[in-house]
Amino acid sequence: MMTNPTGRLTQGQFSFLPELSDEEIRLQVEYGLRKGYAWSVEYTDDPHPRNTFWEMYGMPMFDLRDAAGVMLELQDCRQAFPRHYIRLLAFDASRGVESIAMSFLVNRPEHEPGFFLQRQESHGRTLRYTTAGYAAGKPEGERY
Amino acid sequence: MSADDIHAEATEISGNPSKRYAAGVLKYRQMGYWQPDYRPVDTDVICLFRITPQQGVDPVEAAAAVAGESSTATWTVVWTDRLTACDSYRARAYRVEPVPGTPGQYFAWVAYDLILFEEGSIANMTASLIGNVFSFKPLKAARLEDIRIPVAYVKTFKGPPTGLVVERERLDKFGRPLLGATTKPKLGLSGRNYGRVIYEGLKGGLDFMKDDENINSQPFMHWRDRFLYVMDGVNKASAATGEVKGSYLNVTGATMEDIYERAEFAKELGSVVIMLDLVVGWPAIQSMANWARRHDMVVHMHRAGHGTYTRQKNHGVSFRVMAKWLRLAGVDHLHAGTAVGKLEGDPLTVQGYYHCCRDGYTRQDLPRGLFFDQDWADTRKVMPVASGGIHAGQMHQLVDLFGDDVILQFGGGTIGHPAGIQAGAVANRVALESIVKARNEGRDIRSEGPAILHKAAQFCTPLKQALDTWKDVSFNYASTDTSDYAATPGVA
Repeated sequence: MMTNPTGRLTQGQFSFLPELSDEEIRLQVEYGLRKGYAWSVEYTDDPHPRNTFWEMYGMPMFDLRDAAGVMLELQDCRQAFPRHYIRLLAFDASRGVESIAMSFLVNRPEHEPGFFLQRQESHGRTLRYTTAGYAAGKPEGERY
Repeated sequence: MSADDIHAEATEISGNPSKRYAAGVLKYRQMGYWQPDYRPVDTDVICLFRITPQQGVDPVEAAAAVAGESSTATWTVVWTDRLTACDSYRARAYRVEPVPGTPGQYFAWVAYDLILFEEGSIANMTASLIGNVFSFKPLKAARLEDIRIPVAYVKTFKGPPTGLVVERERLDKFGRPLLGATTKPKLGLSGRNYGRVIYEGLKGGLDFMKDDENINSQPFMHWRDRFLYVMDGVNKASAATGEVKGSYLNVTGATMEDIYERAEFAKELGSVVIMLDLVVGWPAIQSMANWARRHDMVVHMHRAGHGTYTRQKNHGVSFRVMAKWLRLAGVDHLHAGTAVGKLEGDPLTVQGYYHCCRDGYTRQDLPRGLFFDQDWADTRKVMPVASGGIHAGQMHQLVDLFGDDVILQFGGGTIGHPAGIQAGAVANRVALESIVKARNEGRDIRSEGPAILHKAAQFCTPLKQALDTWKDVSFNYASTDTSDYAATPGVA
């Protein structure tokens, strides 16, 4: 288990709160749709803090204006990858943003071993740091 | 003298070269610096000054003097003007109005031709606009209230090296304000003790920790020692949480060479962010913005010293002007006030500063002190920072006032938590996520905020302790810097 106060990976908007219910997730999706964002489902079993590109579970849902559709995609993804990290991302295409506007975890493995921090002694007192997931040693798909 | 008489007297001389350039001393308004018929063009810099003329000095003459002294004028007529296209170089005061409800003070609008300014240089813009005029004897006081910088000039500045959109992408943090804390006590911690505070705060749930403005390289802690221990805390906390974390390493030093040396070391250690104090001055800020662009670095700007000239509303430079200059000069974070914390700031006025940091196009908004439309021409956006005397119990007010694109910094409100620094960080993060979640669900956080926080405190003991500890803390003093405006203004 990770040793931070939550005992788990704290990426995303709501990792310090109790796990969101599907109804609570739906409310967040609706908020994003009201703002004109496009939702996307992504999953990974490599949640390294600098692993930017999780796998896309289908394309961003640009034309979908109904939260139920997003929830359906999420259920499918959860069925396909029950022990992966899954996040919902909302894209804002407006000029001056053109980036992600919301991002939160909606699925995580039961067991989260976290990361090992490797220190390599360098010149003087300088250290070089490498963060490696304890689960990352196994092949993709077999990590959690 | 009536307004018509003043105008007649001014134009009678300024329109007649033989009278205008006769040796001697003329009134500024007679030298062409007062042009009430002038309509600013899109390429003009426009300044709004608040002036307090000395007893017996006519406000139009005072406004003309401001235009003169911030452009070409000297105290006497010089024939060498006639070797130049002097009409271009003369700033034009074109409108003067009494400040509503404030006898003796006047708003003066002054337009400057683009030829007066060096491209991409805040040092030049400031030397022109605030160089001499604030010491000018016929004025008791003067303040630069607001500025409209034309798109043509805006485009000569590179702006923030990173900008808040790209910063979020690098940090992988979206849809909520970022959380930070300034390491306390400000002075006296050894590098090792200092790094402890960094580690605890970040592991507990903050995104950033921060050096304070006066942490440089003093006897108790050499800067290299600080950087090394801080980065150990940052990396350890990142591994413990799986999140990207950072700590603003203050690279402010005595010389540019010192500043570069410190920044290089921060980069070598893998920091995502460096920090500068405003007191380093404009060229140093613009140089470090260039350096940051070359090295993928976020620049955190602490507005150290600004209160000496921004706070009193009859004299100095408004912070909204500073925010505009700093955005162009190139900073990524800027302390812009909390409205609810321990430091000066009327809520509407502070929101005006946030607009200057984050807008794509800032609209005239007189209650917020914004006198001009400002087109930012796609200049990257600055992440405003709310820091100073705020705590978890005010989270709903802060999110309501400032939205998502802000860094909320709780120094005492994290480190002073009765159960320790990690607990303080947890309290702030839980409070923040609860409020953001509730707002997105459609709840009215302004009125329901306290109830939302107390509900969250039922599953989060650190938040309960924070709310109990600081429940009565507020800083309700009258602001010295509020907007003075007429309900139905003319158009600038």
